[in-house]
Amino acid sequence: MIRYIEPAAAILLAILWISPLVFAFWAAFHDVSDAVNFRLTAPLTLDNFRTAWAGAPWLGYFLNTFVLVTLILAGQFLLCTLAGFAFAQTEFRGRDALFILVLMQLFILPEVLIVENYRVAASLGLLDSILGIGAPYMASAFGIFLMRQAFKSVPKDLDEAARVEGCGTLGVLWRVYVPAARPTYLAYALVSVATHWNNFLWPLIVTNSPSTRPLTVGLSLFGAPESGVDIAVISAATVMVIAPLLIGFLIFQRQFVQAFLTAGVK
Amino acid sequence: MTQAFNIERRRRAIHGWLLLSPALLMLTAFAFYPSLATLVTSLWSRGTRRNPSEFVGLENYRYLFDDPTFWQVAGNNLIYALVTIPVSMMLALMMALWANSKLPARSFIRTAYFTPTVLPMIAAANLWLFFYTPSFGILNQIGAAFGAAPVNWLGQPETALWAICVVTIWKEAGFFMIFYLAALQTIPPDLKEAAEIEGASRWTYTRRIVLPLLMPTTLFILVNAMINSVKLIDHLFILTKGGPSDSSKLILYYIWENAFAYFDRPSAAAMTVLVLALMGALAAFQFLVLDRRVHYR
Repeated sequence: MIRYIEPAAAILLAILWISPLVFAFWAAFHDVSDAVNFRLTAPLTLDNFRTAWAGAPWLGYFLNTFVLVTLILAGQFLLCTLAGFAFAQTEFRGRDALFILVLMQLFILPEVLIVENYRVAASLGLLDSILGIGAPYMASAFGIFLMRQAFKSVPKDLDEAARVEGCGTLGVLWRVYVPAARPTYLAYALVSVATHWNNFLWPLIVTNSPSTRPLTVGLSLFGAPESGVDIAVISAATVMVIAPLLIGFLIFQRQFVQAFLTAGVK
Repeated sequence: MTQAFNIERRRRAIHGWLLLSPALLMLTAFAFYPSLATLVTSLWSRGTRRNPSEFVGLENYRYLFDDPTFWQVAGNNLIYALVTIPVSMMLALMMALWANSKLPARSFIRTAYFTPTVLPMIAAANLWLFFYTPSFGILNQIGAAFGAAPVNWLGQPETALWAICVVTIWKEAGFFMIFYLAALQTIPPDLKEAAEIEGASRWTYTRRIVLPLLMPTTLFILVNAMINSVKLIDHLFILTKGGPSDSSKLILYYIWENAFAYFDRPSAAAMTVLVLALMGALAAFQFLVLDRRVHYR
């Protein structure tokens, strides 16, 4: 008897853990009065999705989020590759002190610096632009650290062989180091996309028009009490917003978990 | 020969700086300069059209310390940290032990635990709204089945902060689980066999062997959880907006409110400086204390 308790508890917790999600999915496909009264046999409907879709410029929001995560990823790849390479494979005075300074940014969260980052973004003319949402995240200390670790494990022989063949510093980086760090790039990409697809506070502050707002900000405005939509419609909108990432996660689950681990374990 | 070597070395040093410069430029613009500017702003008064901003020293801090809301918000955040950190870490450990053992439906269990991690906090808040809403929320319907009176979970000061904590725990536990899971998988199976031969119970094995081996992971997760207890506030925007009567307001939300709703930048800056100081202490703790122990990996 005792040995059934643990599996039962584990499965019960699992069911409890996904129940909010399952319930939102169920409610999204039902009429609101059926949803709030738990009529399990009630007919399915797509009306909530129609109402939600008509209620906000979702296509634009999706596009903005897509452009945003792509832009941030491109910026991070470029800046963190160059900086990580500099910290891993070049030597100059003050390098280690500088590295510690960069690591400080792990604790100076962009989220906390909203007050002054807003002024910086304003003075650079980046307010209400997708570049403005992405800019503070591009030179990520975390990414620099990750790329440095990846580049450090590349054998020195490969580097020297490429230099003998006549490659310059950038050539070596591009031909030797970047291909060798491919798994790290994949992991970093997954973590970065998941993080910025979901980010909310800074985009909320920087944007003020539908043409720049990402999905999360759009969703929060859509669900605000003032907008007067019912909970089934909110569920439908939520399902719509999380679907792409959730489907991606369920398909690439193993890679996702591996990516978070690579990114997290130092 | 040495001269050629020197030139080569200088060439490499210049390359190093060139490679670093784009990242340093961005870090300066969006991390280092804003940190210093926050400190400066916190020492100047709030400028209006009649009274231009002037240097006031620590006046903004004194004003902040006299503000009862600030203390309430700081206290809320402390409770938030003291509740969400241990609970989500313990749940994470339990989930990892289960996800790592030979239970039936293991992959379903793992997926279920981890899924909340990939959702935006805003979406998570929308999902939980269904549970908390007073008239037809799921919690109240379950309560009614047992004859309990309906509770306005988000609308009363006694429960609002707890409701916020639950959402955070739900979101975080699965994320921390994967770090424990990875650490558990590195424990050699012979240890377990040896413990079984010695006649140690599973509980003794877990407490005496597994938990000490997981210590570095626990510390790593702890630092992350502490950072998150400042950072994770998105759900406040959907669920409570810090209310009722500030009972669920957290520091970062209050900073946002001061800066962008009340347009009181100096007090927002003063609070930011305090948070940065706290983060700095945490960073020092991590680098000076934790990294020494964790490095044996």
